[in-house]
This record gives sequence, C-alpha cells and structure tokens, in this order.
Amino acid sequence: MTDAAASAPARDLSALYRWLFLLLVAGFVALPLVATLLGGFKSLGELRTNPFGLPTTWEWENYAEIVLSRRYWRMLGNSFAISTMTTFVTLVVASMAAFVFAHLRFFGSRMLLNYFTMGLLFPAATAILPLFIKVRDLGLLDTYFGVVLPQVAFALAMSILLFRRFFRDLPTELLEAALVDGCTYPRFFRFVTLPLSRPILATVGTITFVHSWNAYLMPLVMLNSDSMYPWPLGIMVYQGEFTADWHLILAFITLTILPTFLLFVLAQKHIVAGLTAGAVKG
Amino acid sequence: MNSPAIRRAAASGQLTAVVLFLPPALLLFTLFVVLPVGEAAWYSVYNWNGFGRPSNWIGLDNYRYVFETRAFGLALRNNFLIIAVSLAIQLPLAMTLAILLAEKFRGAVALRMLFFLPYVLAEVATGLIFSFVYDGDYGLVAAIWRFFGAEPPHLLASTQTSMLAILIVIVWKYFGFHMMLFIAALQGQDRNLVEAARIDGASRWQALRHVTLPLLYPTIRLSVFFAVVGSLQLFDLVMPLTRGGPADSSQTMVSFLYSHGVMRMRIGYGSAIGVILFLICVTFAATYKRWFMRDD
Repeated sequence: MTDAAASAPARDLSALYRWLFLLLVAGFVALPLVATLLGGFKSLGELRTNPFGLPTTWEWENYAEIVLSRRYWRMLGNSFAISTMTTFVTLVVASMAAFVFAHLRFFGSRMLLNYFTMGLLFPAATAILPLFIKVRDLGLLDTYFGVVLPQVAFALAMSILLFRRFFRDLPTELLEAALVDGCTYPRFFRFVTLPLSRPILATVGTITFVHSWNAYLMPLVMLNSDSMYPWPLGIMVYQGEFTADWHLILAFITLTILPTFLLFVLAQKHIVAGLTAGAVKG
Repeated sequence: MNSPAIRRAAASGQLTAVVLFLPPALLLFTLFVVLPVGEAAWYSVYNWNGFGRPSNWIGLDNYRYVFETRAFGLALRNNFLIIAVSLAIQLPLAMTLAILLAEKFRGAVALRMLFFLPYVLAEVATGLIFSFVYDGDYGLVAAIWRFFGAEPPHLLASTQTSMLAILIVIVWKYFGFHMMLFIAALQGQDRNLVEAARIDGASRWQALRHVTLPLLYPTIRLSVFFAVVGSLQLFDLVMPLTRGGPADSSQTMVSFLYSHGVMRMRIGYGSAIGVILFLICVTFAATYKRWFMRDD
C-alpha cells in the first residue's frame, strides 16, 4: 500500500518530465518550419520585428506571385521529369538484373553480383569530375539524361540487392511449375514476378524518387542553363537574386517543399518503411 | 529441379534471360560508376584543365598539393567533428526518443512523424531555412538575442561559429532517421523479455540497461555506420549555409572537392581529392564491416 502510494506521484512526475522533453524536441523541430511558413506571409519589416508570431496582416501576394510565375512551375516540372525518369529506368534495369541474380546460376554470377555491390561503398561525389567529363564527351551535358543516367547507375547497387532479396523469397514452386508448363524466364518475369512485386517496387521507387527529387550535386555539375534546373538549383538561384528579401525567399522555400510535405503526409507509412528498409537491408 | 524435363525447359530460357536482362545494368554501372572511379585515379596524376587529352604528367604532385592545402585539413577536421557530434549527441538523443516513442500512447505516432519530417526535406531547403534562422538581421536567433538586449551574432559569417551552426542543423535534420531505426528495432524485440525481467524484480532502469540496450547493439552499430558515411558525403547542406566558408572554416570533404576542384575546373587536382575520399570510404566500410558487423 505505502509503496504504491509513494510511487504514484513519482510516476506522475516522470511522465511530466517525459512530456516536457518531448515538447522541447518538438519545438526545436517545428519552430524553424513554422517560422518559414509564416514568414512568407509577412512583410520584410514585420519579419524583423515579429519573426515568431502570426502575421498582423497576411500578405498573400508573396505566395501568389510565385505560384503564378513561370519559373516555379518550370522548376517543379524539371524535377518531376528527372525524378520520374530516374525512378522508371532504375526500376526496370535493377529488377531485370536482380531477377537473373535471384534465379539463375551461371559461371561468374556470384562475382558479377559482388561487382554491383561495390557501388554501395562510395558516394557519387568521389568520381564527380570524371563523370562530368564522360557526360560532356557523350554530348549529354545540360540534358535530363546527363543527370538521369548517372543517378540510375549510382542507385543500382542498393536497388538490385533489395529486389534480389525479395525475388528469392517468392515461392520457388511457382517458377518450377511455370517452367514445366513451358513458360520462359522472360515471360515468367513479366507475368508472374512483377505482378507479385508491388511492395518492393514501391519501396525501391520511393527511395529512388525521393533521392532524385532532392538531389543537388549531380544536376549542379551536369546542367548549366536556368531553364533546365530542377528545384534545388532553382531555389539557390532565386535566393541569389533576392538576397535580403527574406519574406519572398521564405515563401519560395515553403512552396518548393510543399510537394514533398504533401507526399509525406499522404504516403508516410510507405516513405518511412522505404527509407529505413533501404538503410537496414542494404 | 530434378526431372530432365524441367532441366531442359530451364536451359532453353536461361541464356535468353541472362543475355536480355543483365547487360543494361552492367553497361550503366560500368560506364557511370566503375569507369569514372578508375578515371579519377588516372586523371589524378596529370595537370589537366579538362580540354583535349590529359598529357601533362606530374606524378603524385596533385596529392602533395592536396595535403598541403589548408582547406583539406579543415575539411578532414570538420568531418571528424560531424562524426563526433553524431555519436555524442545525435545517437543518444535518437535512442532516448525511440525508447519514449516506441510505446503506444496518444500522440506518439504524430511525434514520430514530426521528428522524421526533417529527414525527408531536401538538404538544400533545410540549409536555406537555417540560413534564415541564423541570419543576423532577420533571423530567429537574432530575435532571441535582441529580446535579451544583446547584439545579435552573425553565426554563419564567423570562422569561430560557422561549423557549430552547421552541426546543429545536422542534428536537426538527421536525428529522426536514426530514431526510426531504433524504433523499428525496438518494435521487433520480444516484449516478454522486459516483462520477465520486471517480474523477476528488475527496476525499469535495470530492465532498460540490461535487457533492452544489449538487444539494440546491432542497431547502434548500424546507426554509427550511417553517421560516418553521411558525414563523408555531406555537401548539399553546406552549400546554402556557408559554401564552406568563411575562409574554408566549414569545408567538408565533398564541399572542398567542389569548391577547389570542380569550380576551378582543376580536373587532376579534384580527381586526387576524389581518390582520397574514395580510399577513406572503402577503407572505412571494409574495416567497419569486418570488425563490428560480422554477426549481423
């Protein structure tokens, strides 16, 4: 009795500390984001005197001007084109290769798999200069493909490993039965493996798309005209033009992270699972 | 695959599958990953501006120049600082939050999502948001300083504080990812183990210390691995905040490679930096996997 009576307030106190700690961290995370969103609604003068609070007058034109501008949509369009192509090519190329590694044994297959695994060991930055020379010599500088192909190549190692693991876990009886019935490997891949692989296609697709959507270094090196820039480059240009007009820059930042934010809210389960699975199982 | 019928059927389609399915990946990977790394080693022994063929062979001079550049030392130091902060601050923070949020209660899922959100945002956007936060005239930090009547600091403009400012952003952006790794691990754990320990008279703290924590060791090793790898490729975040400055004080390996190699089109010199970075990455990955991740 006395023991329980003594520990109840103690437990309340520890619950209190826990909530205080969680709220402190939540504030640390949310404050910069909320201030950015609200800052876009303020005038420059108010931003200086009142950076934290709600705007006294909501300046919708900061946002309206950007949403109605060509550059905003062009940037997002470029990003969307590059990310979609990167994701599509990665899914096709990696799943095909992984299918071979999952089901076929031939001379050197183990060695070839290890060859791809090497790609996990170093970031694209290590070879960025030779990559630039190569893309230039191929005549792909300042084109979508100059960004897409290297991005696909560097996404292959992780994607092949994730696909291969999934394909190997599919019941082997399926393949054996299909082979007896005269189905060929390519047809089996197309009509049995792929339809069964929605979850892993979603996972690999999410990882590839998010990385490509947010990528900065590769497009920075491969693209050089503003009209081709994806949004991470476009936003840096914008910031360079409006250096001290923070209210405009904040509105611009908010609008560029809006698609990511919406996607995250809509598909949070997939995104968390995808991004952590890629990390853990890689 | 026992009966001859199956074997015959299999053999017929096998070659087609290999010949059809493997070459695209092989070609892309070789052309854009393996060859460039080899070429980096080749270019690194030339003095070359990227036009024509590399012909001015200078041996290992580029490597000597790299080691003699002050920015290289600073970049190396900063990469170590990032790793140190990841281990000393980010990892304990992530683990504590994971232990608190792995339990089911009202708001736990919402908090998890909030903490993971920064990881999903682009590094460039994050960097810009924080260059506002740190701005000496309009920023949030300046407002807080002014509230206490102090002269607002320009954190990003001083060689003393630029790296500190970046380290705070790194924790802000990445702790949620590590937290999710730990939450996934905790949810995979057998709850009965902790309950059994509690029934046997272990206190909450003892159960945590002697049951939960040892089971988290593989995840801790994984988390450390990502912290180091992430530090070695950190670039996007640095550019909007400081571009490695002032006076190279916040350079990382990759931003150093970019500002001293790519920007100045010194292909040989930049490739030498790339090769050094490559060797660091590969050596680290190989030793770490051998020593710490054997049993995972």
